[in-house]
Amino acid sequence: MPEMTYRDAVIRGIAQEMSRDPDVVFLGEDVAKAGGVFKATVGLYEQFGPLRVRDTPISEQAILGAAMGAAMTGLKPIAEIMFSDFFAVCFDYIANEFPKSRYMSNGQLKCPLVVRTGNGAGSRFGAQHSQSVENWCMMIPGLKVVAPSNPADVIGLMAAAVRDPDPVIFFEHKSLYPTKGEVPDGEIVDTLGSAKVVRPGKDATILALALMVPRALQAAERLKSEHGIDCEVIDVRSLVPLDTQTILGSLAKTHRLFTVEENPRLCGWGAEIVSIAADEAFYDLDGPPVRITTPHIPLPAADILEDIVLPTPDRIVETVSKSLNS
Amino acid sequence: MSTVRDRAPQPAGSGLNDDIGEEKRLELYRTQVTIREAEQRAYDLFLQNLVKGTSHLSLGQEAVAAGFGGAMRKGDLSFCTYRGHAHTLARGVSVEKVLGELMQRDNGLMRGKGGSMHLTSADHGVMGSYAIIGAHLPIACGAAWRAQYKGDKDVSTCFFGDGTTNIGAFHEALNFAAVWKLPVVFCCENNLYMEYTPISDVTAVPSPAGDRAGSYGLEKIVIDGNDADAVFRTARAAYEKARAGQGPSLIECLTYRHSGHSRADPAKYRPEGELDRWKQRDPIKIYRERLQQFGVSEKVISDIEADVRREVDEATEKCKAAPMPPLDILTTDVYADGGWAWRN
Ligand SMILES: Cc1ncc(C[n+]2csc(CCOP(=O)(O)OP(=O)(O)O)c2C)c(N)n1
Ligand SMILES: [Mg+2]
Repeated sequence: MPEMTYRDAVIRGIAQEMSRDPDVVFLGEDVAKAGGVFKATVGLYEQFGPLRVRDTPISEQAILGAAMGAAMTGLKPIAEIMFSDFFAVCFDYIANEFPKSRYMSNGQLKCPLVVRTGNGAGSRFGAQHSQSVENWCMMIPGLKVVAPSNPADVIGLMAAAVRDPDPVIFFEHKSLYPTKGEVPDGEIVDTLGSAKVVRPGKDATILALALMVPRALQAAERLKSEHGIDCEVIDVRSLVPLDTQTILGSLAKTHRLFTVEENPRLCGWGAEIVSIAADEAFYDLDGPPVRITTPHIPLPAADILEDIVLPTPDRIVETVSKSLNS
Repeated sequence: MSTVRDRAPQPAGSGLNDDIGEEKRLELYRTQVTIREAEQRAYDLFLQNLVKGTSHLSLGQEAVAAGFGGAMRKGDLSFCTYRGHAHTLARGVSVEKVLGELMQRDNGLMRGKGGSMHLTSADHGVMGSYAIIGAHLPIACGAAWRAQYKGDKDVSTCFFGDGTTNIGAFHEALNFAAVWKLPVVFCCENNLYMEYTPISDVTAVPSPAGDRAGSYGLEKIVIDGNDADAVFRTARAAYEKARAGQGPSLIECLTYRHSGHSRADPAKYRPEGELDRWKQRDPIKIYRERLQQFGVSEKVISDIEADVRREVDEATEKCKAAPMPPLDILTTDVYADGGWAWRN
């Protein structure tokens, strides 16, 4: 299968949907003529023209509000918020407007749009350009939230998000943009709300998202070769809807649960899943569920500091092996 | 008021056959009386504890809603605030549907799921009422962007208060609309107060909207918001401009709310005599006199008033008799599949 970068997959995913449906439009800061600050939208302006791919002022509220108004009245906008940290300046739309208009209007209004954003650490950008904020969105009824970990999933989940009738927050991981993966030719359409077992195993279940997926996979290989522990790794992919069946099914087999989360500790996505496991799979578990997260601190800029706060393969190996051998 | 571009029109010899005409004038009067009577009734029902939650009345501001509503075409879109009963009624939504929602009954516009601050009637072009200050200005831009992109001829209107001109979303939306030349009309109802604080205490310029227009390359338009003819003419011109692809307008309407900010506010912060002075410029009084000056008979005028009262009375009775919403709507329409499932 041909390989492609995560960054090029973003371009291909958007292009696939814009080619299919003339109502799909795209807006954001520096996204059109400049091709995006992460170069993840290069060529879209040339391919689809200035009416469909639009540069905006530095007005995050206007970007999301305009996307919503367009979505309510018949378009299928994709809006870019350059860094997910900037959700904080336009959170009204994410928290109050997109997810509530259908409910408050008793089904009269719709909001079919996608907000895509650069999420996560690894670029040494410091505390305001590195956060993993997927949990900010997961807690809001009415939103859907996805975070792909590889190029093929980027394309397939982008298609699913654009075709979905609800507002979808699409987290791209900044540190994954240069990574490569195999991508089949032709149209790719995935489904929201489906987790993927990316490594089968029998001794423990490790749940991971986005950048944490390759780290969990690396750790699983080492756990096997160094400790004889056979881990099942699940790429959660979609926080809302949440594929609890795949997760609980895995627990019924492995009897141990670990989450690997880039978000800071409190109210991270793993906390919700651990609580579901405690409710519904308590008697399947042979030991306490363990969350491996970024500590509850703002992210530091220096590489030596940033590298030790994010969950690493080393930390995963150490935590899982200690926990299983105790 | 040197900034007032469109003064109250002088009754001309041609009377009702001027650019507005008799039929439109009677419609504008009926809309204003409907809003007045429905809002007054909402207040009475609140005192009887039949309107729960909050409510923000437009008593005294009827001419703005009527003038804009009267200048809109079917298919045009309205984006309102929590003070949105008037704008909803002005698009032809029935009094029963509005009062039903205020009374949180099953016959309400949104069956009690939205409440008084979120009146929505997509069939009438009322694309929601928004309770986060400023949020809907960008949203109206988006609806206008869709019209521009698809070549649709509808115009979006966004109504908001003077206080809203000091929040970021106002400025983001104005710039965005101007740069993209969107068919959107921004209507600032300057009723002189935010909730309780006079707008002049907290704003760097005397005309909160008008004096900002120039920052976005727009004309400064400040009008008498208590004269439905002036509002209608200004709105009509803005809609023509928008439909011709000439971009957005920002219109500041000077007006005054007769009641407090919201249900329980006695409005003690207003200086003595201010309310009385504005009541002399009551939009309904002004318009009734206008119709009389133009030779409309007392009978035609009082028939409209009696008609509206009957409609409001009947609506009130229907709402009182209407059931509360059934519990099974609690979890409907969170997502587009009609339900609320967030997991499998
Ligand atoms: C973002 C935000 N801040 C504050 C409020 C609380 N609030 C509700 S109405 C209001 C006053 C708004 O004044 P104005 O824009 O003049 O509108 P009016 O109520 O006079 O029609 C305030 C401060 C809010 N709803 N949203
Ligand atoms: Mg005000």
